[in-house]
Amino acid sequence: MQATTTEKTEHTEHHDHHHHDIGFLRSYVFSTDHKIIGIQYGVTALAFLLFGFFLVLLMRFQIGYPGETIPVVGGLLEKLLGDVAAEGKMQPDLYNAFGAMHGTIMVFLGVVPLAFAAFGNYVVPLQIGAIDMAFPRINMVSYQCYAAGGVIMFVSFFIPGGAAQAGWTSYSPLATVIPTNGQTFWILGMVMLITSSLLGSVNFIATIIQLRAPGMTWMRMPFFVWTQFITGFILLLAFPPLEAASVMQLMDRLFDTSFYLPSGLVLSGQPVTQISGGGSPLLWQHLFWFLGHPEVYVLILPAMGVVAEVLACNARRPLWGYRSLVYSVLAVGFISFIVWAHHMYVTGMGTKISTFFQTTTMIISIPSVIILTCLFISLWGGSIRFNTPMCFALAFLPMFGIGGLTGLPLGFNFADLLLHDSYYVIAHFHYVVAPGTIFGLLAGVYFWYPKMTGRLMNEALGQVHFWASLIFMNLIFMPMFAQGMAGMSRRMSDGGAVYAAQAEGMVNEGVIGALSASVIEWNKSITFAACGLMIAQIPFIINFFWSMNNGRKATDNPWNATTLDWQTPTPPPHGNFDKPIAAYRGPYEYSQEGHPTDFTPQNQPDPVKS
Amino acid sequence: MSDDHSSPEYIEAAKKKYWKVFWVLMFGTFITVAMYFVYFEKMWQTVTVALLIATAKATCVAAIFMHLWGEKKLVYQILYATVFFFIGLMWLTLWAMNDAPFMTEWVR
Amino acid sequence: MEIPYTTQPREDTGLYNAKLGIWLFLASEVMLFGALFSSYILLRVGAAEGAWPHGLMNIPIGTFNTVVLITSSVTVVLSWAALKLGNFKRYQKIQAVTVICALGFLGIKTTEYNEKFHHYEIWFNEPMTVAEHPNLMNQSFVEETTINKELIGTVPSLIGHLNYIDKDGEKHHAGIAWTLATLKEKEIEEIEFELDTFHYRIPARIQAQIKKSGKYDKGEHETIRVQVSDLRRMSAFVPAHSTFFAIYFTMTALHALHVLAGAIVIAYILWRNNKLWKRDPERYTNRVEVSGLFWHFVDLVWIFLFPILYLL
Ligand code: HEM
Ligand SMILES: [Cu+2]
Repeated sequence: MQATTTEKTEHTEHHDHHHHDIGFLRSYVFSTDHKIIGIQYGVTALAFLLFGFFLVLLMRFQIGYPGETIPVVGGLLEKLLGDVAAEGKMQPDLYNAFGAMHGTIMVFLGVVPLAFAAFGNYVVPLQIGAIDMAFPRINMVSYQCYAAGGVIMFVSFFIPGGAAQAGWTSYSPLATVIPTNGQTFWILGMVMLITSSLLGSVNFIATIIQLRAPGMTWMRMPFFVWTQFITGFILLLAFPPLEAASVMQLMDRLFDTSFYLPSGLVLSGQPVTQISGGGSPLLWQHLFWFLGHPEVYVLILPAMGVVAEVLACNARRPLWGYRSLVYSVLAVGFISFIVWAHHMYVTGMGTKISTFFQTTTMIISIPSVIILTCLFISLWGGSIRFNTPMCFALAFLPMFGIGGLTGLPLGFNFADLLLHDSYYVIAHFHYVVAPGTIFGLLAGVYFWYPKMTGRLMNEALGQVHFWASLIFMNLIFMPMFAQGMAGMSRRMSDGGAVYAAQAEGMVNEGVIGALSASVIEWNKSITFAACGLMIAQIPFIINFFWSMNNGRKATDNPWNATTLDWQTPTPPPHGNFDKPIAAYRGPYEYSQEGHPTDFTPQNQPDPVKS
Repeated sequence: MSDDHSSPEYIEAAKKKYWKVFWVLMFGTFITVAMYFVYFEKMWQTVTVALLIATAKATCVAAIFMHLWGEKKLVYQILYATVFFFIGLMWLTLWAMNDAPFMTEWVR
Repeated sequence: MEIPYTTQPREDTGLYNAKLGIWLFLASEVMLFGALFSSYILLRVGAAEGAWPHGLMNIPIGTFNTVVLITSSVTVVLSWAALKLGNFKRYQKIQAVTVICALGFLGIKTTEYNEKFHHYEIWFNEPMTVAEHPNLMNQSFVEETTINKELIGTVPSLIGHLNYIDKDGEKHHAGIAWTLATLKEKEIEEIEFELDTFHYRIPARIQAQIKKSGKYDKGEHETIRVQVSDLRRMSAFVPAHSTFFAIYFTMTALHALHVLAGAIVIAYILWRNNKLWKRDPERYTNRVEVSGLFWHFVDLVWIFLFPILYLL
């Protein structure tokens, strides 16, 4: 790359080397260095993940013990939020707000920024041998938009009426007619977050296309880079329709338009006459899910990429079927745009169209299965090192497998009619995103931590974190399948008590009791498991901060990995590589015959052949 | 931009082309408005004519002003993907809206 | 170390970074406006019979604005050509025209919005019959209309300018974007409506026919007094008026924001970035090209917006 750098010696105005003497603000807050921005994203996103988890913990308590005072933090909640948490008890409105914000925060403020923006920013330029992103300043603005979106979402908890309550899907008319301002904040926050993602994806795609080091051909790119590339395209093309949809919902809320409000709308028994009507609630759902479905691939693909890196490195084997992996991920990206209405089977779709979406949904599961299979086979005959990142990566495989396979029934319209909006759905997608994506990303944190900080994380604490998380995750989500199949609906603030079959005094008049006591009893055990999961994160948090200064010192390439990100100094300097770098071989040449070590770095030239 | 696209002769020729396109666009606008006063029997005829003219104008802008004509393959690939997804969004949404389940047409 | 390919194209892609970047960005813009276009079609196809307003747009103004935007598009590309030929002065002159066109477009759009805000539509609880209120309709118009006599025969709503009568029986002009709620709040019981009979729900092309026949005499605005209690709904031509105006305002406002952003960028490069031209003319030219690509896209969107919002 150095060879092809332009001959120009003059610097352009936004050239900011001399990193050392430009002050704290420029180097850490308004930095344009992709590594700093990556870390900013990572830290913010981890904080939001924790916050989102905290919200759901409170919700879980409410589900397990409806109407009881929340222990420990109940009083604080009442002070902060007022009536909705009167006497430290969670009112249904607050439950709704927490539920909607849990989903929003986890997806848009936690996982996407961590998986795509943080790892993408830090690792991608290193892996392709670039000195930075293609547009460093846009990169910085992208983070600032994200931060602004985060602030708006966070602040919305404390405005009168509280945060958005219409679920992370924000279906209209409900989202439109809720009189408090939470939803407006939600929309504004989303517009910021979408803008951030758009800027980020333009940057990522341009970087990957333009700044690959000499010799870094498409088929020599690490699989992680491929997943980021496709994720970038998904964000680029799927988010704008949601931006348009959000603007229209904002119009509905602020200017009384009727984009999503049908004629003849009746609210709480009152016909609404002062709107024009003529809109379509389904329009929102289509535009939302046009993003929403590709979004789940945004959540999962980067995690798959991380897992592939960690797996290949720690199995000391080349990835099996690299090309099939690449083509599969391309196929997934493409097809993910034409499956969205499988979320809408129950809205009354005709047979033809729902058959279409059912078919594409089944088709898209094929490349996902190929990816998982390739990753499994890559382990075959490896000499596996069971370190913490590898444990998380290995656990990802069956967990994602469970999540994926349980998704198939939801893709069939006839089965979905029963399972839709039940706890079965909650269990399904959480297996994908919680023990799936989150485990993949944790593997990434443990894996790249030494590159970022120069020190390894503690193994013992890591193992505790891993095993505890694995057990509690399954204790939380496995019973939810059963609850869902027994008919328990999601988004119920009392955990279904109102539908209990024999609960004395709790059966509402006119409600047919259906949920057996044992089904409801699970709520308590799940809540305990969720607490366990929270406790299980403590070793991680300690480890994360403690190891920064006290961890074992890492060499430049502590895992003996092949990709270019490990062929730089640790931590990488501004400009990433201290000498010109180029790729001479594929990304995963582990245990190659005829090489002195069991790994051959990508930048190692072939010995001159005679 | 490859070299042959930067030579003064090429640019001079291109300038003439830009003016031509300008007049084509003006004429297109004129036609569009003129068609407004022409009465068509069916709505779809009006729509087709209007969109055909608009598409022709847009093609001129994209091909000549935006230099898409002769642009690199990569740009085309990006745009193909975009157009594919756009058509998917529009067409599938419309299809879904118009394909009501058996015996529920009256609801809409 | 400098990021490569900021000026020179990369060999295998043939593009410099910013050019790839802008095309990617435009791809996302296609999806943004594409979603709005899809929504437009959906709302329109789904509209109840006769509910989609026609002929409420000011076509001469729209046409003029189209011409303004097309002009700016050709000046953008010509200014780039001037730069390519190394003629900075000429570039500056031509590009200044672009900025003026952009501001002109926005100015015209503003007056157009303002004009809309001053029109009202009122809907009655019971449709009025023309027979009882002959001054509801411009007679030459009614006679000339060949279509749908029934539609003309009863009038579910009227369009015009709004005055109100206060408690002392005096007449005042109403403000912008009032609704029934505003009238009730101000305890207004009677309004006077200056009818805009021609702005009735007749397909635009039929209106045009009548206009062309020359039989239509615009005449004086007829006025009619209406009790507020007879009204079901009232709305100015604001987004809330109908799904048509909702999508009209959303799309044109979003488009206008793009015009504004484009104008700012172009003006910035034109007047604030000249040092770069001295230091690295090629890079400067690239910037002009990239901002030009954005500008053409904005033009392109308008090319579709104009017919679907004004004419169809
Ligand atoms: C790891 C611990 C997690 C736990 C214990 C948990 C628990 C829950 C529960 C119980 C619900 C259902 C609430 C209800 O229906 O009333 C829920 C909803 C949801 N969760 Fe999680 N979750 C976790 C992590 C995540 C992650 C990592 C994501 C995303 C990346 C996520 C995304 C969502 C979404 C989108 C919803 C739906 C919200 C809605 O109904 O609008 N969750 N979660
Ligand atoms: Cu989906």
